[in-house]
Amino acid sequence: MLKRLDAWFNKKGWRDSIIALPYSWLILFFLLPFIIVIVMSVAHRANASPPIGFKDAWPFIYLDNYIRLGSDWIYVRAYAISLINAGIATFLCLVLGYPMALGMTRVSKERQRMLLMLVILPFWTSFLLRVYAWIGLMGTNSWFNRLLTSIYNTLTPAGFNVDSIPMMNTNFAVILVLVYSYLPFMVLPLYANLEKLDFTLNEAAMDLGSRPSSVFRDITLPLSIPGIIAGGLLVFIPASGELIIPSLVGSASDPMIGRVISDEFASVRDWPMASAVAVALLLLLVGPTIAYNYFEAKAQGGKSPT
Amino acid sequence: MKRSSTFLITVLCFGFAFLYVPILSMMAFSFNRSRLATVWGGFSTQWYGKLFSNQQVLKAAMLSLEIALVSATLATILGTLAGLALARFTHFRGRALFAGLVTAPLIMPEVITGISSLIMFIWMAEWIGWPGTRGFTTITIAHITFSMTYVTTIVQARLSAMDMSVEEAAMDLGSRPWQVLKDVTLPIISPAIVSGWLLAFTISLDDVVITNFTTGPGYTTLPILIWSKVKLGVTPDINALATIIVLVVAMGVFAAGVILNRAEARRAADAQLAYQANG
Amino acid sequence: MSAQERDKPLIRIENVTKTFNDFIAVNDVSLDIMEGEMFALLGGSGCGKTTLLRMLAGFETPTAGRITIGGQDMAGVPPYQRPVNMMFQSYALFPHMTVEKNVGYGLKHENLTDKQRKDRVKEMLDLVQLTQFAARKPHQHSGGQRQRVALARALAKQPKLLLLDEPLGALDKKLREHTQFEIANIQYKTGITFIVVTHDQEEAMTLANRIAVMDRGVIKQVGSPTDIYEFPRSKFVADFIGSVNLFPARVEKVGGNEIICDVPQLGQRITAAAPASGIPNKADISVAFRPEKVVISRQKPKGGGNVLSGVVQDLGYFGKDSLYRIRLDSGTVISVNSVNARRAAESDRVAQWEDRVWLSVEPGSVLVLED
Repeated sequence: MLKRLDAWFNKKGWRDSIIALPYSWLILFFLLPFIIVIVMSVAHRANASPPIGFKDAWPFIYLDNYIRLGSDWIYVRAYAISLINAGIATFLCLVLGYPMALGMTRVSKERQRMLLMLVILPFWTSFLLRVYAWIGLMGTNSWFNRLLTSIYNTLTPAGFNVDSIPMMNTNFAVILVLVYSYLPFMVLPLYANLEKLDFTLNEAAMDLGSRPSSVFRDITLPLSIPGIIAGGLLVFIPASGELIIPSLVGSASDPMIGRVISDEFASVRDWPMASAVAVALLLLLVGPTIAYNYFEAKAQGGKSPT
Repeated sequence: MKRSSTFLITVLCFGFAFLYVPILSMMAFSFNRSRLATVWGGFSTQWYGKLFSNQQVLKAAMLSLEIALVSATLATILGTLAGLALARFTHFRGRALFAGLVTAPLIMPEVITGISSLIMFIWMAEWIGWPGTRGFTTITIAHITFSMTYVTTIVQARLSAMDMSVEEAAMDLGSRPWQVLKDVTLPIISPAIVSGWLLAFTISLDDVVITNFTTGPGYTTLPILIWSKVKLGVTPDINALATIIVLVVAMGVFAAGVILNRAEARRAADAQLAYQANG
Repeated sequence: MSAQERDKPLIRIENVTKTFNDFIAVNDVSLDIMEGEMFALLGGSGCGKTTLLRMLAGFETPTAGRITIGGQDMAGVPPYQRPVNMMFQSYALFPHMTVEKNVGYGLKHENLTDKQRKDRVKEMLDLVQLTQFAARKPHQHSGGQRQRVALARALAKQPKLLLLDEPLGALDKKLREHTQFEIANIQYKTGITFIVVTHDQEEAMTLANRIAVMDRGVIKQVGSPTDIYEFPRSKFVADFIGSVNLFPARVEKVGGNEIICDVPQLGQRITAAAPASGIPNKADISVAFRPEKVVISRQKPKGGGNVLSGVVQDLGYFGKDSLYRIRLDSGTVISVNSVNARRAAESDRVAQWEDRVWLSVEPGSVLVLED
């Protein structure tokens, strides 16, 4: 018996179990819940447990939730705010992260390793605590706020002086903390891309008469486009579905979509609507995700993005 | 000739200041005597003392550690298997769906993962009577699902970078596929498995959103506790707690980095010696 | 090359030194390179040849010394303002640009009309016979084609000086031979001064009309390929270029055109042509002779010259020639290279394993090395 089991295992079983275990886990605990959400998005709210119901007759589905998504200003606005906030944060991450990544490739190898570790370190420390750190900085009494206020006051005429700058619970705060939290996601793929670029290409361009600024425009920048897009999407995709940041530092009147989903589910207890909002968000992110997979592979290739 | 301009150095300094000043400021204020968390009132370590006598915090920390240990270990096993399957078996039925399922949790907004897990647990409780209550088990299952795919990504990357001929050599020398896996493949990818475990562990330890949806009464993890307190504002005792967490994590990452660097340096030195011996 | 041209150095390298931290890459090198020359810097890896080349291109700054090109001091002149172009070892073709864009890249910065620019690119592509591939990207080409694109790109700006870093290094043997002649031909057509860096002595000998042999940051000898091969001035050069049988010796007798030295390793005296510089009696020197300068025979040769005797220890048959390793009676093993001028069956060869043979070397073929 044991021998036969052993034979089966060596022939085919080891292979099948390697595939089957993680596959079935993911189907049961990831795919199935997701299918349930899709199904629920075409149900309606009901006084039941769970608080949903389906239409009694063919085709048993309500599309009202999706219609509300397009027609109800709250949802449209929340999607818009999410995409705009994520877009601005992505752009700012790029503006700050690109020179950082480029600068990192221009120092000695040992220093590169150290800087890389410094970029990765915040990624390992608690996301929640990093957001929390900013709450401490943005409050009206904090040294940071007072510093910004005094800078602002010296720059503006006396009539425009303020006691403090309102930062907490604004969209500005959301964008600032998004940039802060997701900056490493921009720097890492960019660095990986830029570090792989062959520096002799820069030398060749310089040898052919290009000043350093044109070398950057003609060689480095075009060759790092896959890295820019990969980093950009790596920031944009999670930033647009972010929940913690808008909940802690954002304004309740300009919610991002993650917060809407959470509120719809927990406070309003409209599960079907929450599901519909979620499904629509995912559909919005499908395009960027496919693009990410494509460009990430290219950025990894590094050498010839043709 | 690889020179770095003043502009790049300036941005580099600004960028790292941006990344680290908030955390350092938070750490500094954990030693604040004043109850007002943002106004300096002299040096004190009183908040650390209070923290260690706070049963609620200690209990939450223990729960978080237990969940992280269990979920990271199971996630590493499942994630490594998935990585092996994807990297080594190029043809099997449903491979495309499998590959999709492995990447999807990485991109799925946490809110949606959390809500869909919760809904499924509720439905399962309705249909098959399990899980009766939500808590340790449901949180752990959700964490495994979420973090195993990170392990898969790391393991898969290592496997595709690995020289396949080593495995072929083992098979040529008479090893069965299973023995090849056990004797050759797994030892070679073990650093990737270790980093996968560490990543899964920190992800679990840090998670708020998914835990928030899958937890039940009486099961407050440390992040959930902090989350509920932070919503009420900044307090010095959270600063102290945050400082401890950040320092522990930083030391862990630093130690791992040093060990990996040293191993790398030793390998490079050995290679150099071997090269000189031959050349 | 006329004597007039020889008097006009295009590049003057004066006492140039380059150090990286503690490492001296180039040590007090002085060198004049004439206009229109095809010059080779030859040496092993780490000898400083590439560093010297990069200083000419402007990618490295000399720690000390001066480089002038066409009379202009190059100190502080960045690479993009030098009348110098380089063909990189890796070719460094821009992967995101077509062949045409690559070749035309350097012309963007010149004051040319669009038509002039187009014509120049076309001219360059014609020169390297790649006109029909103008619209393709570099990765669609073979190694040999990429090499030609790199050459065309570097030539397009019509530099005073073209630097070629291991130009044939990445090509396979057949293509290498063909390309050597092509490069020489292009150099002749354009009249541009070429400096080739290479570790391959054959490449240097076929391409260049003058070679500088470098070792550990220092130029050991500058001369024509014949000079370098037939009249090396140091043990290093004799050993680096081609193969050589080299032994320590002591001068026993200086007389007329010849000197006689005692060579303990050979267990006998060797007669050599006296060096022009003269040599004192009893001096410690080295004598050397190249394997192909030795004549091998089964009979004891009549007449003068140096005659040695030994048995065949090893024999390598390469078709056009054979390599023998002969163990002398003194125990020393020397290499002998013999052209198989006559068709012969295996049994008919000059010598077989363990045969006793006689070797003779003309005094004129024996090198006397004083360092």
